[in-house]
Amino acid sequence: MIDFIRLLVAGLSLGSVYALIALGFVMVYKATGILNFAQGGLLMLGAYLAQYFINGVGLTFWFALPVAMLVTGLVAMLLQRLVFDRLLSHPAFTVIMATWAVLIVLEQVPPTLFGYDFLTMNDPFGLNIVDLGAVPVFTIDLWTMAFAGIAVGSLAVFFFGTRIGLAMRATASDPEAAIAQGIDPRLIHATAWFIAGALACIAGVMLGGGSRLVSPELSQIALRAIPAVILGGLASPIGAVVGGLLIGIAEVLTATWAPSMVPWMGKNLHLVMPYFLLVGFLMLRPQGLFGKAASGRV
Amino acid sequence: MSIAKESTMITQLPKRAPAILLLLAIYVSLPLILGTSYWLQVSIYAGVAAIGAIGLNLLTGNTGQVSLGHPFFLGAGAYTAGVLGQDWGLPLWLWLPGAGIVGFALGALTGPFALRLRGHYLVMVTFALVFIGLHIFSNWSTVTGGVAGRGIAAPVAVGPLDFANLPGLSRDQGYFWLVWGAVAISGLLVKNIVSSRAGRALMAVRDRETTAEFVGIDVARTKITAFAISSAIAAIAGSLYGAYVQYVSPVEWHLLLGIQYIAMIIVGGIGLVSGSILGAILITLLPHMMREVAGLLPFVSVNPTDTGIITVFALNQILFGALIVFFLIVAPGGLVRSASRVKGLIYRPLAANKKGEN
Repeated sequence: MIDFIRLLVAGLSLGSVYALIALGFVMVYKATGILNFAQGGLLMLGAYLAQYFINGVGLTFWFALPVAMLVTGLVAMLLQRLVFDRLLSHPAFTVIMATWAVLIVLEQVPPTLFGYDFLTMNDPFGLNIVDLGAVPVFTIDLWTMAFAGIAVGSLAVFFFGTRIGLAMRATASDPEAAIAQGIDPRLIHATAWFIAGALACIAGVMLGGGSRLVSPELSQIALRAIPAVILGGLASPIGAVVGGLLIGIAEVLTATWAPSMVPWMGKNLHLVMPYFLLVGFLMLRPQGLFGKAASGRV
Repeated sequence: MSIAKESTMITQLPKRAPAILLLLAIYVSLPLILGTSYWLQVSIYAGVAAIGAIGLNLLTGNTGQVSLGHPFFLGAGAYTAGVLGQDWGLPLWLWLPGAGIVGFALGALTGPFALRLRGHYLVMVTFALVFIGLHIFSNWSTVTGGVAGRGIAAPVAVGPLDFANLPGLSRDQGYFWLVWGAVAISGLLVKNIVSSRAGRALMAVRDRETTAEFVGIDVARTKITAFAISSAIAAIAGSLYGAYVQYVSPVEWHLLLGIQYIAMIIVGGIGLVSGSILGAILITLLPHMMREVAGLLPFVSVNPTDTGIITVFALNQILFGALIVFFLIVAPGGLVRSASRVKGLIYRPLAANKKGEN
């Protein structure tokens, strides 16, 4: 039982990271209709920036994190301005390929600036462990969940409590009607990309902190959050969070149980588990857990 | 448009004769000119890429089904060459079509996913396919050698003609003729499919799926067939690659390879066989040319001990990404269409002047 709770905490922590990435993905998709595969590049950039602000500039973690979020968000906005705003009327295929191209470029920026060595974040969590009742868990796992909770809460306040949040919801439900009401779509797009960048930065910091390291591999981990988006439904923020948590738990449980229960499925099954879930969901329920079934007219 | 194109293809054959002769001359002489040069190897890789790109373009360019899953089929082809050519000791004329059949079957199995899913979702499924494929390749040790990979010693002799051991010629020279011969055959095959009734069905499915259904095209069958043929061609490319390099491991069949193949058809020209070949050559040559240029640039480090501010690998990737974005925004028709537009800009004013004189 204790083991199971420990696994659950680890799964929820990993799932929180996936949820943050998936949320950024959904933000951009809802606002601009773009499937943004470059999210992993932003995540990696955010982690490296935070690491630099802590180790290079000497800021404390609690100051470095918001600064890194701001910079990553601005980089995401810049990408929207330079590349994706020019591709708005292009076919989906073109835009998807552009996000891959941007990912390939983004992935090379941090190693060029900060080197190819694995770096430590020097965050306050380190290898610290808390006793939850009788269950020891990593401090960073709890903080990751807390950060994800804070991010989801702030987004809810933003979308339902501010004018620009309302404008974003209006644009998502009917872009043309929103423009007719005087909402500037470019402002909406820029905001969505900024949020996506900031969320990716938190995810990157939590993935690269604690017992783990900041490395170029971070962007690969972010790809496993994409199944979370499909699980929840492409345009559903709640779905992204639930999908992220489910994928995280599934991955941790598979990593623990698969080697003894289904050894014939091969080593490292947990790393492909999200993709099996993706394919399964697309077959059975392509609109995701929280999406509406698409209907078309001829 | 297709019917007109088909008839002009036949009537223009004499007009095209010089171009065909030139290509034939290059085909025969290039390996002799390059000799033992490293660029001969690069041009063999380019040939393999051209075959794969021709297959992908049929699916993505002509049928409108975007697939990131090409590495899976390439890999399946390479391992088939290993099993049939090495483990079972079959000759070229059996293992090469064998790889094609395996690719065809795997493509036909993936096809039904394409029926249920369109656009974004199809990209997602083929994206997942790459990782599932990697998992299989890393674990099915008896066939693939697991994570470490396996050797592939597949014979490439047709009767007395052994491409790996032509009298007085090197292995690379023989492979160039073999691989680029396969490029020509797959190119002609796809060109014939595209300009036939089946090809018009593919394009109808791409442009207006519902309308295609109304005019009596079996959309399901058409999509699955496109997937199967495209994958068969990819597997053939993979098997030739495996036979040439003689050793493959799972890391080669990664997502980036799938993106590179899509980049080839974007850069060359979506839906064009000539575009696939040109794009494949360019994308394959790019990193090798960069390596040559990088030695002259002081800010690029080629060796780990160099003091440049950027590694040649990073510069390659950045250029590769920038190239894709450039073509998507500035020349979405690809090189071939841009070239014919430039030609039009030069020739049309000349023709107009002539008319004016008369």
